[in-house]
Amino acid sequence: MGTTAIRAVDGITLTIEAGEFVALLGASGSGKSSLLNLIAGLDSPTSGKVISDGQNLAQLSPNELAKYRRRKVGMVFQSFNLIPRMSVLANVELPLRFAEVERRERLRRAQSALERVGLSNRLRHRPAELSGGEQQRVALARALVNEPGILLADEPTGNLDSRTGAEIMDLIARTNAARKMTVLLVTHEQAIAEQYAERLVLLGDGRVVADGRNAKAMARSDA
Amino acid sequence: MKLSDSLDLAASNLRQSMLRNSLTTIGVAVGVASLVAMLSLGVGLQRLASRRLKTSGLFDTVVVSSRRDLRSFNREQEIKGPSPLDSPDLDEAARHRIEKLPGVLEAYPDQRLVTELRFGTKPHLTMVAGLPFSAKDNDGFEGMQGRFFFSPTAPEAVLQKNFAAELLDRPSGKGEVTAADVAGPLLGRQLVMRFAERTAANAGAESVSYSVVSRELPLTIVGVTDLDPDSLRGAGRARVFVPEALLESLHTVESFDSRDASRATSGRLLYTTLIARVAGTGKVDGVEQAIRKMGFNTFSILDATKSLRRFFTILDLFLGIFGSLALTVASIGIINTLVMAILERRREIGIMKALGASDQDVRGLFFAEAGAMGLLGGVLGVGLGWLIGRAINLGTNIYLARQGFPAERIWTMPGWLVGFSVVFAFLVSLMSGLYPAARAARLDPVQALRYE
Repeated sequence: MGTTAIRAVDGITLTIEAGEFVALLGASGSGKSSLLNLIAGLDSPTSGKVISDGQNLAQLSPNELAKYRRRKVGMVFQSFNLIPRMSVLANVELPLRFAEVERRERLRRAQSALERVGLSNRLRHRPAELSGGEQQRVALARALVNEPGILLADEPTGNLDSRTGAEIMDLIARTNAARKMTVLLVTHEQAIAEQYAERLVLLGDGRVVADGRNAKAMARSDA
Repeated sequence: MKLSDSLDLAASNLRQSMLRNSLTTIGVAVGVASLVAMLSLGVGLQRLASRRLKTSGLFDTVVVSSRRDLRSFNREQEIKGPSPLDSPDLDEAARHRIEKLPGVLEAYPDQRLVTELRFGTKPHLTMVAGLPFSAKDNDGFEGMQGRFFFSPTAPEAVLQKNFAAELLDRPSGKGEVTAADVAGPLLGRQLVMRFAERTAANAGAESVSYSVVSRELPLTIVGVTDLDPDSLRGAGRARVFVPEALLESLHTVESFDSRDASRATSGRLLYTTLIARVAGTGKVDGVEQAIRKMGFNTFSILDATKSLRRFFTILDLFLGIFGSLALTVASIGIINTLVMAILERRREIGIMKALGASDQDVRGLFFAEAGAMGLLGGVLGVGLGWLIGRAINLGTNIYLARQGFPAERIWTMPGWLVGFSVVFAFLVSLMSGLYPAARAARLDPVQALRYE
């Protein structure tokens, strides 16, 4: 706010391999969400490059960024961000509408995505008729319905109790493993990050403070 | 995003804020209704003003006169054209030449004479005019009691209602006489017309001397018409009509006969005025030009009513502008509704962008909503405008009836106005959606997602 410029993300050099599960950790205002928005193509850097799948997002036009988000990125938010007046099915169908997928195919893929998150019996319900965990599962189905290469999850468990949060994280982890999908998880809960991510990146004041392999997760993965 | 998906989402969005969107749509409907009502009133008034002229068949006729004649309808033609002495005679040969012009259906003399008609024993002096048999097909005699002439030479007469009232000794000036009031006792009765017949004194074709013989011709009254003697139609000033071919065959003495005799030019039959009936108003101009090239003077009501038509065009323009004011207010309503929708759906727009919606998708969505409100409002507005028009007609006719006038249709909604109004409302709504759609498309998705 105001006229003072704040560098939300400053001088970060970070390379994430395809299929990696990376957790971005840090306190509020450390630049986690800003970095996520840059990678999602929702925001553009004032300087520098954001290269995703060989494309420099900083040089793309708004239309090209929309196309990038449509095809390559799926997003899950803390507050679910479902459209309340639409049914569960219509919410999951929405990215497919923007991708101009035929109606029948759209329906098939949306139903299949909802089946994978265990909500095939809730297709006609409105988001308000679902529990928080169910709403986040709908959001996850919506993020995955276009079969993106990158899943960006911004505090996906922030509004959920620990048991439901764990269910969601299990789903994300399973998807990462099954599809070799790159997952970038923003969280301030270190326990969750350590439980699921292969790599932990700690941000502070818009800079990378620490970046390393998650021994716990790696050990569990090896086991 | 496909157009069908935009429309589908727009319909879903419009259903969401049903009351607000309905009120906005009603606003558009009222605007369109006002436009329709104003323009329909203009069209109705124009039709009312020209109906008599149109139905009398005057718009597709050209009056032809010789420049040798003393009368002329157009001073400009007299100044520019050849001198009267160099002008051709308006005779039978000229009549055939005019009839052969492209677009001319027939040419007949405009015959009329002031003469005495006897009904029973009582004589009445009035003007008798010849009517071509083709007049049977136009609506000039709308509401006539009885029938038209049996044949082009039948010794029959159609009376103007005021003359019919005079024959029956009905006093005039006590309310309006209708043809139905006076037709009953007159239809089928005899009327004797006295006239002066012009017969050639010598058998020679070039003879200029003639005799005048007084003749009588019994006529059967077959019809009584409302036709106003003071209407613009020249022949309308007559109060008795007989078949034109019959009148021509009587060789009645006309005013210019003595003039021709004194000039001793020819014994041929000359016409004062010919009426050329044209196949449609669109051909009147061309026919007039062709006849003028032949050296005659012409006159048509179509030409004379150009200023009248210009007046109604300007009237329609102003009525349209006033009608559009309400639609302008309605379009501001659309802008307001959509701007409110952007504020309410700010986060939703952010979500859509995060899910891959392009600026064009968002813009298209708001356009579709504006267009849907405009289209629906346009259709409703036409319906509402039609109801207003019916009410205006009903109210006006009740008032006219109380004042002793016949019913009139002052409000008319032509088919083109229905289509025009709906399309206009749609386009105005799309224009109203321009700003909100652009504003929605410009929203920064990160800011929009943060919006609570």
